[in-house]
Amino acid sequence: MNVVLEQIFQVGFLAAIIRIATPLAFATLGEMFSERAGVLNLGIEGIMLLSAMTGFTATSLSGSLWLGVLAAVVTGALMGAVHALFTVALGLSQHVCGIGVTLFSSGLAYFLYRLIFGQQSVPPSIKSFETLPIPVLSDIPVLGPAVFNQFSLVYMAMAAVPLAALVLYRTPWGLSVRMVGENPRAADSAGVSVIATRFQAVILGGALMGLAGAFLSMVQFNAFTFGLVSGRGWVAIALVVFGRWDPWRSAGAALLFAFVDALQLRMQASGLGHIPYEAFLMLPFIFTIVAMAVMSRNAVAPSALLKPFRREER
Amino acid sequence: MIRLEARTSTPAWFNLGLPLLAIGATLVLCSGLIALAGAGVIEAYGVMFSASLGDSYAITETLVRATPMIFTGLAVAVAFRAKFWNIGAEGQLLAGAVASCAVGAIPMPGPLAMLLMAVAGAAAGAAVALIPATLRVKFKVDDVVSSLLLNSVIFYALMALIEGPWKDSFSGYPISPPIEDSANFPGLLEGTRLHLGVVAAFLAAPVIWFLIARTTLGFRIRVIGENPEAARYGGIHVERVLISTALLSGALAGLAGVSEVGGVHFQVMSDISPGYGYSGIVVAMLARLNPLGVVPAALFLAAVMTGAEAMSRATGVPAFLSDVIQGTALLAMLVALLFTAYRIRRVGTAK
Repeated sequence: MNVVLEQIFQVGFLAAIIRIATPLAFATLGEMFSERAGVLNLGIEGIMLLSAMTGFTATSLSGSLWLGVLAAVVTGALMGAVHALFTVALGLSQHVCGIGVTLFSSGLAYFLYRLIFGQQSVPPSIKSFETLPIPVLSDIPVLGPAVFNQFSLVYMAMAAVPLAALVLYRTPWGLSVRMVGENPRAADSAGVSVIATRFQAVILGGALMGLAGAFLSMVQFNAFTFGLVSGRGWVAIALVVFGRWDPWRSAGAALLFAFVDALQLRMQASGLGHIPYEAFLMLPFIFTIVAMAVMSRNAVAPSALLKPFRREER
Repeated sequence: MIRLEARTSTPAWFNLGLPLLAIGATLVLCSGLIALAGAGVIEAYGVMFSASLGDSYAITETLVRATPMIFTGLAVAVAFRAKFWNIGAEGQLLAGAVASCAVGAIPMPGPLAMLLMAVAGAAAGAAVALIPATLRVKFKVDDVVSSLLLNSVIFYALMALIEGPWKDSFSGYPISPPIEDSANFPGLLEGTRLHLGVVAAFLAAPVIWFLIARTTLGFRIRVIGENPEAARYGGIHVERVLISTALLSGALAGLAGVSEVGGVHFQVMSDISPGYGYSGIVVAMLARLNPLGVVPAALFLAAVMTGAEAMSRATGVPAFLSDVIQGTALLAMLVALLFTAYRIRRVGTAK
């Protein structure tokens, strides 16, 4: 047990937590915006994968990392718009559309990747971002090198959490998002365009999922592999519920999951313990399912989640 | 001006017309990708067709591929009829595969082993589906998310098994020990991979159709899906019917796993299902939730999958085209279903 404790407080371990949490934080915030507006986006798994592919490809062809990030964000936003077109404009069932978007985007990602790069024995890779130490802060012992000597996308994720909370709770647009997610009829009467607001929220959510994908292929792995996302999108769906649709709690949930995941990786590497590592990977899903059962008493999910809005239908 | 108008009834030919319309639109949309890959569209689809339906061997391969998707398609169709949003057919399939593999590894007479494999697999799938149904009935937990998340739980449980107690101690590969030879489903035709599970799937479709269309349980399943308030008013115990639906749906998805273990792989590995559970959603939607429609819908997807590999070899178009076709077909079908609710009317331009 002591060995475990020793490892927890290592710089490398803390840094690993931050790195695992970053794509989850982006994805979770993205899903949260979408759901707060009343649109469940099960396309997240595929959107992350497709964005990871376009980001990687853009960087690989142009040599510019930021162009890759931009490509991933645009891809995510576009796929968000597609999901919104089906679920918001046409009012089709959100869960089935989401599965459709995931199947379509993952298929397209694999197809285009194979078309562009062909079948190579060693998958092509890119030169990733360098870490960017923040002066003064990165000199703090332990915490400094782990938290403040990171990649710029990590800092962006750290900034995205308070920013998301600010936008959601303190801006008129954030109020509109919450209104169309809770009571679209009332929002409509108050002159808020339900359709437009939902479109914007789902597109913003898609863009954030795009950032999550970009981080995976351009920072974490420096390559696009076929199991790149491997369920991280579904983890984000769970974290949104676990984080009660709140930016701070969701980010906290992402950190908690990252901690468990990093711990699991360490235990695997050190051959410690006899608990299979899969048991740890299952935890966020089991916790979320249990949490949903416990929480349902004081239902916190956006009331209009999964419900399409058609003005003429009363 | 064109406007959408609510429709009160749908003509019967829609049942066949809409899926064909969706599939046609899908093939047209996806031809852009074939052209992008620098191949002839007609040629690529031609190879796809001949390699999946062109000769008797190809047809048998397509039948084998369609089998698990008939089961998962039926599972999703039954669940969606009752508006039990079972997105968890993938996990239920895996649970069925694991359970049947465990039973199949016990030495016993062949027919008994096969029967027990089917029972165990169906029970395991039903047990998994029972979780989201119970949570919804008792705690009002959203079944979409809970059934989806269970897929990951079951997948990791399977991984823990095949990387732990079931791991092949000789090779070190994460695959389960094979089932007993006597438990292997008998082949139907020399030189093909047709097996008992294929027949079972093709029989399951009319049985499930009969159950939904002609029995009391089927009637209740349809009513709680279409109008739960009326069902309750009419004395139907909605919660109980929902649980029964979940058990039936999970059992069907579990049988998909049984059939793959007993008839195709004879053991369990991490990629035993390339997403057949999710394909089941595509199949069920293309079938308009009609159990008889599930068979042609599953055959279509299976033909695309088997055909795509040959197309890739012949024309260089990546075989992943089949995944794109699946996703596009689902979305196209959803849009096509709008025609059942609305009709497009041309009206005089308003001044």
